[in-house]
Parts: sequence; structure tokens; C-alpha cells
Amino acid sequence: MKKRKGVRKGLIVAFFAIIIALGALIATNVQDHAEDISLGLDLQGGFEVLYEVEPVDEGSEVNRELLSDTVSALNARIDVLGVSEPNITIEGEDRIRVQLAGVTDQAAARELLSTEARLSFRDINDELKMDGSDLVEGGARQSFHPETNQPIVTVTVDDPTLFEEITRDLSNRPPGENILAIWLDYNEEDSFEEEIAKEDSKIVSAPTVRQVIPSRDVMIEGGFTVDSAQELAGILNAGALPVELTELQAESVGASLGERSMDMAINAGMVGVALIFAYMLVYYRFMGIIAVLTLTAYIYLVLVVFNWLNAVLTLPGIAALILGVGMAVDANIITFERIKDELRSGKSTISAFRAGSRRSLSTILDANITTILAAGVLFYFGTSAVQGFAVMLIVSILTSFITAVFGARLLLGLWVNSRILNKKPRMFGVKEREISEL
Amino acid sequence: MNFDHEQTKLDFIKHRKKFFIFSAVFLLTGVILLATLGLNLGIDFQSGTTIDVMAEETVTANEINEHFEEVGLTPDDITLAGENNEIGRASFIGGLNQEETLAVQSHFEDVYGNTPNVSTVTPIVGEELARNAVISVLIAAVGIILYVTVRFEFLYGISAIIALFHDALFILAIFSIVQMEVNIPFIAAVLTIIGYSINDTIVTFDRIRENMNFEKRVKDFSDLARVVNKSLVQTLARSINTVLTVLFAAGALFILGGEGLRTFSFALVVGLVAGTYSSLFIAAQIWLVLKSRQLKKIRYRKVQTEQPEA
Repeated sequence: MKKRKGVRKGLIVAFFAIIIALGALIATNVQDHAEDISLGLDLQGGFEVLYEVEPVDEGSEVNRELLSDTVSALNARIDVLGVSEPNITIEGEDRIRVQLAGVTDQAAARELLSTEARLSFRDINDELKMDGSDLVEGGARQSFHPETNQPIVTVTVDDPTLFEEITRDLSNRPPGENILAIWLDYNEEDSFEEEIAKEDSKIVSAPTVRQVIPSRDVMIEGGFTVDSAQELAGILNAGALPVELTELQAESVGASLGERSMDMAINAGMVGVALIFAYMLVYYRFMGIIAVLTLTAYIYLVLVVFNWLNAVLTLPGIAALILGVGMAVDANIITFERIKDELRSGKSTISAFRAGSRRSLSTILDANITTILAAGVLFYFGTSAVQGFAVMLIVSILTSFITAVFGARLLLGLWVNSRILNKKPRMFGVKEREISEL
Repeated sequence: MNFDHEQTKLDFIKHRKKFFIFSAVFLLTGVILLATLGLNLGIDFQSGTTIDVMAEETVTANEINEHFEEVGLTPDDITLAGENNEIGRASFIGGLNQEETLAVQSHFEDVYGNTPNVSTVTPIVGEELARNAVISVLIAAVGIILYVTVRFEFLYGISAIIALFHDALFILAIFSIVQMEVNIPFIAAVLTIIGYSINDTIVTFDRIRENMNFEKRVKDFSDLARVVNKSLVQTLARSINTVLTVLFAAGALFILGGEGLRTFSFALVVGLVAGTYSSLFIAAQIWLVLKSRQLKKIRYRKVQTEQPEA
């Protein structure tokens, strides 16, 4: 008979030291990490527009350069709005997605984005007299009309004689035709007669020119308020868009609805995770405790990694996180079943643990690599919402590999190697009568 | 729930033809339904606008309709959601323009104090996403076959892919039957199930491969069948436990996760059931049939080459 070796208490102490350290770490900063995660529009409220980009003049093509120019022009405009952290991305060949989280005045934001800000000066026959390229760049500003004290926008003409010539030409025309229409976003099919009658007209103002104006500064009156005049000046300075934007898809989420979906998803997640924990504890007994510990570490780590990646948490992302718990549990289950198999075949606790961990590794590896393969393809081909889901899935699988394979092995190893579990198969959910003689 | 594979009477092989026939009939019905009835495509795949209005208390479809009429609009469809029906969802086929949208938003802000959710879509985005999803699944399938061929053997890869398409088609068929609205998260759910299905099948195949290595001689169908059945019984506890835990998560999302996740989580639940069924009753059995044919061919060739010498 071999002499039974004593219990190595040091390992048990080490186990509790690790758990306490981990618990302290999680308790102190899980709140910070959870609060730091940037929420998607579907959770936070805000709005998102997907634009299709078409060049203004038919000859030019949509290329990378044009798209980047458009993105910087849009960025400059959003600065006018004062939105923090706008997210503008180029998608595919000719799409731009703009995401503005937490925008309170969606109406203003949408109008601000969709205008091309192409200023043009035309006579009543829609003949072009002057456009944005004739103006001093960044020279638009809000001021007040010297006589009426109404808010106006002034722009400065590059060529000192150009405006003089235009006004000379117009002032010579008969009354009713001596009008200089100031257009925003004029299109080929627009005409002065139609547009001037509209309530929400593209013609900002249509002053009558009675005399020659020998000045470089052009005043634009348009029944502005101080705010709207400042905004127009801001847009004009931000620069005209080199393209025409068509809304393909627009989505806006009210803040309270977003909050509600997030609360419900998190609530559902907690219930799901609690059920998983309970099941693991009942079915795997002692190993279930290890599973619960590593799963807790898993959820914490996913949050931390997600934060590091600066990824945006969306509703499908929360779903992937919760689903990831299920996948992480799978790695535990595969290992635990293997250990039980080895115990049933009559191996000692220590060698069953070793053989079970080793043999389960290749299974887990193969299963996870194939799933990552699928998630990678999903990320590569998906658009924003699906991509958020794929990122979360990949992060989940990699993290679950660390916690459920190495974490569980470390923690369970401490107990097994301490010999305290020797000859206690019931702790692993294996009954004595199931064990076959070697 | 411990399955002793030495004495068990569980036989996953004997009734394989019944399962093959069941799946074939079900999926064929599914394909016919998909071709005739089709899927109930949500706004993501159509041109239009949906507006979610949230009130403080229970609302009726009539009430919501009246509010829209005050703004001068007639919704094509109104559904109610939320625990106490405090959310109204109005859809407009063809879509609203920017001014109409803004008018609706400010109207409901005045009435209920909440800004409604407005989504306007053209079908291009949804269709493109669906097409991309199909392309990515095909690419992923090729990748998986390659990986499995390198790590295992070609026949495992083929069987795994058949199981994968079985599961994906299963979800589509169920959605065609119940006519639940299909949206973009639904695509994400189908793709998740594909990942899960692969995961599940590989775990079983891994055990078959391992048991094949233990066997000294695998000559004919009955030898193979014994190995496959043994492997299925050995992995049964794992298969059931894993699907149960994932079902806990998906089920909780379905019941408590809110409307935004309902389609998604329902597709997951259906897919999990289909995935487990195919891993237990379809995937390994297909491999068994393919492998036994391969064995027969090899033996036939051996007999042919040995004959001239005899």
C-alpha cells in the first residue's frame, strides 16, 4: 500500500488569494469600464444617416479622394453643430454613414448635413453670375444690416471688380428683371419663377439691384435670426460639398426608447447568465464553482477588451456578449465532461484532470477556430450593426479561450494538485458505481 | 444525465433513414413555402419608413392613427408593442420625406413627451446585406471545408457543410411558416447559428476521429456505425448541456429582451434546436454513409488489383 500523501494547503491558499485579488480588481473598476464603453445609437439615442454620394458635375467620378473630401467637409459642418464624437465612415464605393449620438435637435442636424452649401448668384433667367469659387474662402460671417439692424450674412468677393460689374449689368435692366437671386444648392431643373413662390425656397434672398455697388462685401438678407445667420455663415465657411448626398437610410432613436431597449437587454442577460450559473453548479458540482468563477472573469474581461478596442456597443452586441457566455460555458462543459469520462474509466483525480484537460484542448481549439473563421467573414462583409456583432463574437471567443481553458485549468489545478479532492468523485458529479475498475 | 456508452441502448444509427427523410421532407416543404409564400420581409428589405412612438401608458392603434392623421398622414400599418402596449409602430410603405418626418417627430414630442424612433430605408441596403451574408456564408463554407480537410479529412468537411446548410435552411423554413417579420438582426442570428452549428458538429467529429484512431480495424459499415454511435453517446452529455446553457441565454433574450431582440432571439432558439438535432441525427450519419461508400470503393479496388496475382 502506498502511503497517502498529505494535503498541500498552500495551493488552496493560493486559490483563494487569486479569487480575492480578482474579485477586488473587478469590484473596484468594473463600474468605470462599463461606463466608459461607447454606446451605439440604438442604445443611446441619436441618429444615423447613410448617404449615397454622387458627384455634382456629371463628368467627375466618385473616388477615394472625393469621399475623403466630403467626409472632412461634413466633419467641419458638424463642428458648427457642436456635436461631440461624431462618427463618419466611408462604406463601400460610394456611401458615407454619419452617426450623431445624443443629438437633441435632429431637425437642424439633418438639414445641416443634407445641404450641399453651394452658393450661387443668378439672374431671373437662372443665368449664373457668380458662385462660391468667386468668394474669399472662409470669409462668410454673420453681422447686422446697417440700416434695419436685421441679422445678415456677409460674404467677400475675391475679385474686387466682379461684383461691381454684375450689379452694373443688373441695374441697367428694367424693373422686375433687375433681381439678383442668391441660391443655395441650385440644380439644373430649378427655375427662379417656381422656386421663389415656394415657402421653403432654395433662394435665400432675391434683392433688387437698383444701382452699381462698388464693394467687395455682399450682404445676404433672408429673414434670418441671429442663430440661423450664424449657422449659414458656418456652413459656408466649412466649405461646399463637392458632391450631392442622397439619403439611402435614416434611423433615429429617441433617447428614452434606446435606454429602454438597453435596460431590457441587460435585464434579460442577467436572468440568462443566472440560469446558466445555476445549471452549471447543479450539474457539475465543484467544477461548476470553477465555471462560475471563470465565467465572471470572462464577462469582466470582455468589457475591458471591448473598451480597449474603442468598439461601439450595439443591441446585437449585447446579444453577442450574452451568447458568448453560452460559448464560453461550452469550453468548460467539454473539459468537464472529459474529466468525468477519465474519472469513470478509473483514473485517479490528478491524472483524470491532466488527461481530461489535454484531450479537450484540441476539440475546443478546432471548434473555436471554425467559429472565428465564420465571425471573421461576417466582420469583413457585414455593415455596421452586423460588424458590431461580429467584433463582439470574436472578442468573446478569444476571451473565453483564455478564461475557460487556461483560467479554469489553473483554478481547478490548484485544488486537484492540493490532493484535497483525491477519492472524492462525487465532487465532480461522478457516482462511485459508475467507475469501472482499471 | 450520464450516458454509459458501454451498456447504452441508445442507437443513433438505426433510424438514420427516418431522420434523413424527415429532414428532406421538411426542408423541401420549406423551399416550396419560401418559393411561394416567401418570407415576411420587414421594412429593412422594403422601401419605407417605420416610426416607433412611445407613450407613458397604454395606447390603441386608433389613437395612434388619429395622431398621424392630425399631421396629415395615413400609416399603412400600425402594430402595438411593449408590456402594456405603450409603444405604437407605424409603417409607411414608400417612405416619408424629411419634412413629414420632422412634423411627425415634433407632433409626438408634444403629445407624449418622447421623440419617436424614425427609420427610413431603401431596400438596397437590406438586400445588399442579405446578398453579402449569402456570399460570406459561401466563402466561410469553403474556408471551413479547407480547415476541416487539413485538420480532419475531406469527408468530415463535406458532412459539416451539409449540416450547416441544413440548419440555415431550417430557420428560413420556420420563418416562412410562422411569417414572423424578417429584419437585419435576423441575418445576424442565422449567421450565429451557422457558427454554432459548425462548432457543435466539429466537437462530435473530433470524438469520432479520436475513436477511429483507437479502433484496430474498421472494415465495413457495422464497424463504422459502432464507432459513430459510441462517439455520439460519449458527446451526448456535452451536446445537451451546451445547447441548454445557450438556450437559457437565448430564451431569456426572447422573453425579456424587448421587441428589438425578439426576431433575433427567436431565430436563435429555432436554430439551436435545429443545430442540435442535425449534430445528433444528421451530420455524423451523413459522414457514416459517405465513409462506408469510400471504404467499399477502396476494398473493391484492392480486390481488383489483387486478382491478377491470384
